[in-house]
Amino acid sequence: MSQRRPPRVVMPGPVEWLRENLFSTPFNSVLTLVALFLIYWIVVPFVQWAFVDAAWAGTTRDACLERENGACWPFIIQRVDQFIYGFYDVAERWRVDIVLGALAAGLLWLTLPRMPAKRGIGTLMLTLFPVVAFVLLVGGFGLERIPTERWGGLIITLVVAVTGIAASLPLGILLALGRRSELPVVKGLSIAFIEFWRGVPLITVLFMAVNMLPLFMGVSVNKLLAALIAVALFSSAYMAEVVRGGLQAIPKGQYEAAAAMGLGYWQSMIFIILPQALRLSLPNIVGNFIGLLKDTSLVSIIGFFDLLGIAQVGTSDANWATPNTALTGYVFVGAVYWAMCFSMSRYAKHLEGVLASGEKR
Amino acid sequence: MARFNSIPWWRTRRTQDVAFQVLLLVGVVALVAILATNAMATIQRQNIATGFGFLNNTAGFDIIQTLIPYNETSTYGRVLLVGVLNTLLVASIGIVFATLLGFVIGIGQLSGNWLVARLCRAYIEVLRNTPLLLQLFFWYFAVLRALPGPRESWGVADVAFLNNRGLYLPGPHAEAGFGLVLLALAAGAIGAIWMAARAKRIREATGRITPVFPLALALIVVPPAVASAVAGFPLSFSWPALTGLNFEGGTVVLPELMALVVALATYTASFIGEIVRAGIQGVARGQMEASQAMGLTRGQTLRLVIVPQAMRQIIPPLTSQYLNLTKNSSLAVAIAYPDLVSVFAGTSLSQTGQAIEIIAITMAVYLTLSLLTSAFMNWYNARVALTER
Repeated sequence: MSQRRPPRVVMPGPVEWLRENLFSTPFNSVLTLVALFLIYWIVVPFVQWAFVDAAWAGTTRDACLERENGACWPFIIQRVDQFIYGFYDVAERWRVDIVLGALAAGLLWLTLPRMPAKRGIGTLMLTLFPVVAFVLLVGGFGLERIPTERWGGLIITLVVAVTGIAASLPLGILLALGRRSELPVVKGLSIAFIEFWRGVPLITVLFMAVNMLPLFMGVSVNKLLAALIAVALFSSAYMAEVVRGGLQAIPKGQYEAAAAMGLGYWQSMIFIILPQALRLSLPNIVGNFIGLLKDTSLVSIIGFFDLLGIAQVGTSDANWATPNTALTGYVFVGAVYWAMCFSMSRYAKHLEGVLASGEKR
Repeated sequence: MARFNSIPWWRTRRTQDVAFQVLLLVGVVALVAILATNAMATIQRQNIATGFGFLNNTAGFDIIQTLIPYNETSTYGRVLLVGVLNTLLVASIGIVFATLLGFVIGIGQLSGNWLVARLCRAYIEVLRNTPLLLQLFFWYFAVLRALPGPRESWGVADVAFLNNRGLYLPGPHAEAGFGLVLLALAAGAIGAIWMAARAKRIREATGRITPVFPLALALIVVPPAVASAVAGFPLSFSWPALTGLNFEGGTVVLPELMALVVALATYTASFIGEIVRAGIQGVARGQMEASQAMGLTRGQTLRLVIVPQAMRQIIPPLTSQYLNLTKNSSLAVAIAYPDLVSVFAGTSLSQTGQAIEIIAITMAVYLTLSLLTSAFMNWYNARVALTER
């Protein structure tokens, strides 16, 4: 009797691997050569510029002028404070440190798997943290008041992004429910609201906030507050669409089961539908947040000094006028944004995997 | 019967629904009314003009790029038109390049070539995870503005020149009789479209494949060529040439326009690349295997089997990317490319102070563009979806 044996698995050696993956056909070989050329043409000069030829030591632009073909890192090193705090009073920066530290710790706690008491920490982050952060950043209760004009750098970027996402979540949920409502007025108003904000560019919304909000309110409005309101309204429309996607993925049986148990509309939404829908939308909510974080850079157009705004200020500073200042600033700011956005997109991917494996079971 | 009537009328579902909606409507109207009253009061207090009369006033500023005749004595209405056209220009060029690059990147990600797939992946991860405004600044301030001056331009065969003032290209000038050429081109194109439709009809009715491409190409190329020969070649070019400190002749693509197009196209291409990859991967595996079993080459499989099916999944998200690109073109204001936001919601607003009217018009333009684009794409999408049998 012949015995069936599994086929032998042969691990390819490096030469076979190359032939298989890079040079399988003439066309493939050409592609490989083009790719190699692109890498040589982009990556090599970049590494040369950013590391090999770059100026590292020094405290003024003279150090950078000596190395004219490389990045001007002293510009970043000297101004790293501005990139984080903007023009926030130096003696009061510990307040910012506490807020940033608490934010980072809270987010880490919530995103790392298998941490205890996630629900409690999450509630704290949504209730206590915003209040404490507001008092610490703005001042009051014995702390010196720091006008928002002096905020800048990473704080502005994070304040706009985090407030935007936090404010847009409840509003977006209501709008998503409204859009799926059977009541014609509710549905119509929700659709009009969502499609209006999704149809116009953020920069016009920001222009509207700084130019028109004072007119509508009849009083002068803090410019940062105006921008925050604009960002919250704008991103709530996008959030509504994300949540609507989650709602649509809930099987009809869930609604019917909730109704059969005698739950009213709000009860069935809060206890049955939304917990499932929000869990499903979580990857897209993170994706939304990535988009919002990138979009916060637009506040530099209406005169805030966010991360990008600080880089722009630096490039027009005569003390740092070198051929490489602007590029160095952009590369640094780009790397900061990239690190934040890329890690979040990885997290969203990971969440998708967790959700998918939960479905498979 | 009496039991059902025992629910008092104010507690029935219907009454509650109506009451809730009436309350909501009253609330919204009240909010709008309060805001409007406030705005009227502030406007009167600050003596700001109202109404759309300002559109007929002289704007009095110059614009660096206009597709229609414009000068400092033109009106704000004209400024609006110039801005809209400049926005449309940058959006349409951007959409073409973003689509081409996006499809290359998307298909490249699925390439059997390890290096190409990784390179496309890296492209997407870098561009998608940094702000567009940053990329725009990079292209404008760090790349195009840092190019050498006119005297040290990079030239291609004395025809095109690139320097920090823009890209100088030969400028076409239509002479008398050029209309005839255009007419011939239009007639040829209509003929080619009719041919393609006819070939499709024949194929669907009989299964016979009639060659279309060579004849269609001939229809598009030959009539205009003959017409221009008849009219005595009515198209001339002016060539850019360095005179003194700058170039003269030809046409110039401003660095602002170039930076905006490059930034928008490369950024949006990273999203389109993901959409294309997902669309292709969404086509059932059996389709690929079946077409290989039928002996189609990899290229044929892609062109005839995979892409037509993938397009159905690709088009809806592609539409929203086109809309995003159009809306993102408003970042032009940051590098002073004269788009709608820059010249109208920027300069015109600060000169007239009529924020409400100007912002309303600006938003209305974008909303109209959004609605038109999605209407067109819905129509196209319906057409593609209908081919399913």
